[in-house]
Amino acid sequence: MSVIASIRPDSENFPLFVHVLGAMILVGGTLTGASALAFARGEARHLRLGYWSLLAVALPGFVLMRVGAAWIYSRSVWDNLPEGTDDPAWLGIGFIVADLGALLFLISLIVGGIGVRRLQDGKGTGLLKATMVISIVLLAAYVVAVWAMAGKPD
Amino acid sequence: MSFDDWILALHVLSAFAFVAGMVIFWVLIVAVRRTDTPEGTIRMEPIVKVGNAAVGIGAGGTIVLGIWLAFSYGGYDIWDGWIIAAIVLWAIAAAVGQRTGNAYMQGMNKAQELQAAGQTGPNAELLALNRTQNGVLLHALATVVVVLILIDMIWKPGA
Repeated sequence: MSVIASIRPDSENFPLFVHVLGAMILVGGTLTGASALAFARGEARHLRLGYWSLLAVALPGFVLMRVGAAWIYSRSVWDNLPEGTDDPAWLGIGFIVADLGALLFLISLIVGGIGVRRLQDGKGTGLLKATMVISIVLLAAYVVAVWAMAGKPD
Repeated sequence: MSFDDWILALHVLSAFAFVAGMVIFWVLIVAVRRTDTPEGTIRMEPIVKVGNAAVGIGAGGTIVLGIWLAFSYGGYDIWDGWIIAAIVLWAIAAAVGQRTGNAYMQGMNKAQELQAAGQTGPNAELLALNRTQNGVLLHALATVVVVLILIDMIWKPGA
């Protein structure tokens, strides 16, 4: 399996570029959002900066990453494995983090969005704290996914 | 996973940290453009530190582990064209990144100066420093160079 994984046809280069660039933007946007929310200390401007980093940077990064992933998968051998053969572990980790992470990310955006709206009334910091916690959890999951995708454990 | 696989994984994680740091600075560049008070500018400092740490760990990790891999990984050599190109591009990104940091530190230093002098209100000179065109251009250049490294790493021209 790892031998197959290390051989990559040229036709997969551009989808891989889209996937990796998107993932890097996703991680960068999530790190920015989590940092701004963590250091906001209740200040509305920083809380908004953190939320908008997630919405305007991390979300487009996620879309790019996921589109790239689906694109590579459709062109690769993994989509045409013989029946009864499972995907390798590193691919499974990537899928779990991407898809389960998408759900968590969506929840964090909804919760944070409500929090940002409530900032006008002097409320919402608790909801944005929840967004920050989810972002940190997602960051940890992304580190595991990058490790798995790059190291390709059996 | 072999030792080289671990090094490769850490090399890629370093690359992610490098780009994540650059993303942080893009967000800060946009945020600081509307910041004209010393307090508002200084409050960005903890996020700047996260960005600096990410870029520092990322840049150090990519070059050290990348060179290790060039010597250790079967089929690649340090004198391969795409590896030399990556090292040259990395050096350009590091040099440009340092100049970008210097450009934006002028605003941070001015903010600290103003705060020490007890001036807490909006300041036109501080706003101008925070809106440095030079800084934006340098960061855009560093970003283009880092994207070129990524392209080089994926396509490996000549390999």
